[in-house]
Amino acid sequence: MAAMLQAIGVASPSVAFSDHYNKSSVSSIRSFPVIRSGLRSISGSGHGSFKPGKVITKATATQTEKSASTTSKPGHELLLFEALREGLEEEMDRDPRVCVFGEDVGHYGGSYKVTKGLAEKYGDLRVLDTPIAENSFTGMGVGAAMTGLRPVIEGMNMGFLLLAFNQISDNCGMLHYTSGGQFTIPTVIRGPGGVGRQLGAEHSQRLESYFQSIPGIQLVACSTVYNAKGLMKAAIRSENPVVLFEHVLLYNLKERIPDEEYVLSLEEAEMVRPGEHITILTYSRMRYHVMQAAKTLVNKGYDPEVIDIRSLKPFDLYTIGNSVKKTHRVLIVEECMRTGGIGASLTAAINENFHDYLDAPIVCLSSQDVPTPYAGTLEEWTVVQPAQIVAAVEQLCQ
Amino acid sequence: MAIWLSRSRKIAHFLNPKIAYFLQPEDFSYKIHVNYVNSSSFRTLSGENFRSPHAFLDNSATVSALQRRCRRPESTRAGEQVETRYSDDDYEDENQAMDFPGGRVSFTHEMKFISEAADKRIPCYRVLSDDGYLIAGSRFEQVDKETAVKMYKSMVTLQIMDNIFYEAQRQGRISFYLTSTGEEAINIAAAAALTSDDVILPQYREPGILLWRGFTLQEFANQCFGNNADYGKGKQMPIHYGSNKHNFFTISSPIATQLPQAAGVAYSLKMDKKEACVVAFTGDGGTKQFRSDGVVVKGQAYGIRSIRVDGNDALAVYSTIRAAREMVIHEQKPVLVEALSYRVGHHSTSDDSTKYRPVDEIEHWKTARSPLARFRKWVHKNGWWTDDEESELRGSIRKQLLNAIQVAEKTEKPQLAEMFSDVYDNLPSNLHEQEKSLRETIKRHRQDYPTDVPL
Repeated sequence: MAAMLQAIGVASPSVAFSDHYNKSSVSSIRSFPVIRSGLRSISGSGHGSFKPGKVITKATATQTEKSASTTSKPGHELLLFEALREGLEEEMDRDPRVCVFGEDVGHYGGSYKVTKGLAEKYGDLRVLDTPIAENSFTGMGVGAAMTGLRPVIEGMNMGFLLLAFNQISDNCGMLHYTSGGQFTIPTVIRGPGGVGRQLGAEHSQRLESYFQSIPGIQLVACSTVYNAKGLMKAAIRSENPVVLFEHVLLYNLKERIPDEEYVLSLEEAEMVRPGEHITILTYSRMRYHVMQAAKTLVNKGYDPEVIDIRSLKPFDLYTIGNSVKKTHRVLIVEECMRTGGIGASLTAAINENFHDYLDAPIVCLSSQDVPTPYAGTLEEWTVVQPAQIVAAVEQLCQ
Repeated sequence: MAIWLSRSRKIAHFLNPKIAYFLQPEDFSYKIHVNYVNSSSFRTLSGENFRSPHAFLDNSATVSALQRRCRRPESTRAGEQVETRYSDDDYEDENQAMDFPGGRVSFTHEMKFISEAADKRIPCYRVLSDDGYLIAGSRFEQVDKETAVKMYKSMVTLQIMDNIFYEAQRQGRISFYLTSTGEEAINIAAAAALTSDDVILPQYREPGILLWRGFTLQEFANQCFGNNADYGKGKQMPIHYGSNKHNFFTISSPIATQLPQAAGVAYSLKMDKKEACVVAFTGDGGTKQFRSDGVVVKGQAYGIRSIRVDGNDALAVYSTIRAAREMVIHEQKPVLVEALSYRVGHHSTSDDSTKYRPVDEIEHWKTARSPLARFRKWVHKNGWWTDDEESELRGSIRKQLLNAIQVAEKTEKPQLAEMFSDVYDNLPSNLHEQEKSLRETIKRHRQDYPTDVPL
């Protein structure tokens, strides 16, 4: 009954690492990620290893290691939105307190089909269609959570969550604290964000950084079929409120994932491609642009280390730190706007903690500080493209 | 389903449990506008009663959504959509009416605007006159001696508690306070009409409910002083009580944040099939800032049954809440109760309300319209309460409060570690670091930090 983690490269804590920490705490080193208990093998034929498989998306390099187990299981292939659904369904089977609220999640099956079929299976009370009232149904989720349920709240688009910001910030994030621990808010708030294909400015929002300041919540961003399912399950099982960011353009990614149950850690980054020359930090859709650039870079003789940070709050400074210590150069590639984005916050965190290890200033590639234009060509130019990434790496590695 | 009781310091009930049949409460008479006759035939969105889907909506997505609705599974259904049933005029001719979600809509060739204000305001249900006499012909739920005396004593306790804590703030012993003066009947009568299983989502002027449910004066004092016996561990302002064992949600200052949350609690109770309801409270700040006839008229706008009651009449409030709770539990739908009252005190210790209202108005409501005085007269007349008991009670409560304050003041504050606890379920590394950093700073500059906070 092994739980499988994709974050290979997170070795056991290195003692030397702590010496350079200003805050001098060994305990601040992230310990080896906790594997959630209560897992069960779904298929009867025992454990197996996760075979890193054929990831069909062209821009992804898969260097995941096999686990120690011998027999390989074929797993099953599915799309990212199906993986999200699978994770959600497994959790709903496992725990009757898990419920879903959102616009069109019930009868329609979700605007991105993440909840397709769930209302038929669990009933339209447990998979509840809400009116177009984000503040109301997010607040409803808070109230339900405070009385023992575990709601999964879907924002049809993350931009709409701005209307629920008060409930997320003041209540989700705070009521556990202000009640002195008497009430917990185990909600998951999830939905698609990011720049799509000509969805217009209001529907192309990258709001991750807006939520980053809120104490009491955790933020994760999924990017592959594998981590989508694992993070969904982890988010639901967490006692804390978690915001799970999906990306509109990644829902149709296809990948083979294990048949066995697995849950990922919410606080861990994912080593996508180990390397020596430079650390490239990214998340969500930009991971694919980075990997595409990585191909070009490899041909040009560079060896980039690519890390999908996955956890936006808290940052996995352990994995990131190890990488910086090795490569001494950092490039951040994000879809957020330049000002006040995740990259800005990450830059500060790395500078503060690993300043001594850097041979060059951190470079952050982001979108411009403009609302996303509707015209297709302009829209493309607001998003960081592989060519820019290649150029930035070449520049940094001079 | 839920009953949403709203009052002008309003009470919202959310009832959630099972049951779908409609009970016509015969015991109580109340002047409410009820358009519901029975729930057996509702014509809008359920499959069978559906007449001509094409008649009203061109949008095929909507039509197919409706059709999907017909194939709703049996398990865990959302509540039946009991639509308001409008009077069914005999319009055979399609030209005189059309089917529309919600019922048939008849046509008119007159262009008539509905007035922004009705001719008459919605009348207000009351049972006790200002002098404490039962109004002839009124129907209400009788309150026995034990309950009535407990209610009255609680109202007195609440009043005295408010006075003394307010004074304590003025003396600088606590940092903040706000009173419920003038709203004691709403607090106590509502609490008395509910059970301890009913979940309360307060705004902030409902401590009487906690009091009724057994929260002690010491517990109130502890929260106001933010000491280590406070259930909130000193993390919220005074009067922001919260107690999960009393089914009283922790107060959050911003107005009306608890209203959507109440829907969630209702949902939860419904899933658990509990025979209990949710009551969410909000005041004028949450409802009455606009030009309508209060919030009771908004009930119909939301398809919610509503009633207006005299919030200073403890018996009327008690009866109304009892009736509403029954309705909510048996019919599984929200009810909105608007309790008219007057906030006698200032908004809080940070407010001087004489700046925006006349002093004689405050005086009038404080004395002539006092809910305590009115209820006392009735209790007195029944021979259930004497003046001696009154002065004894007041003296005793006062003493207890002063003692509670003294004890609370001397009790240690929460430890420094509590500043970082309960942000998450476990302490994450960044908070761990920040706590360490803070401790080091305090060690280096001990004189700059409060000495009464245990490290």
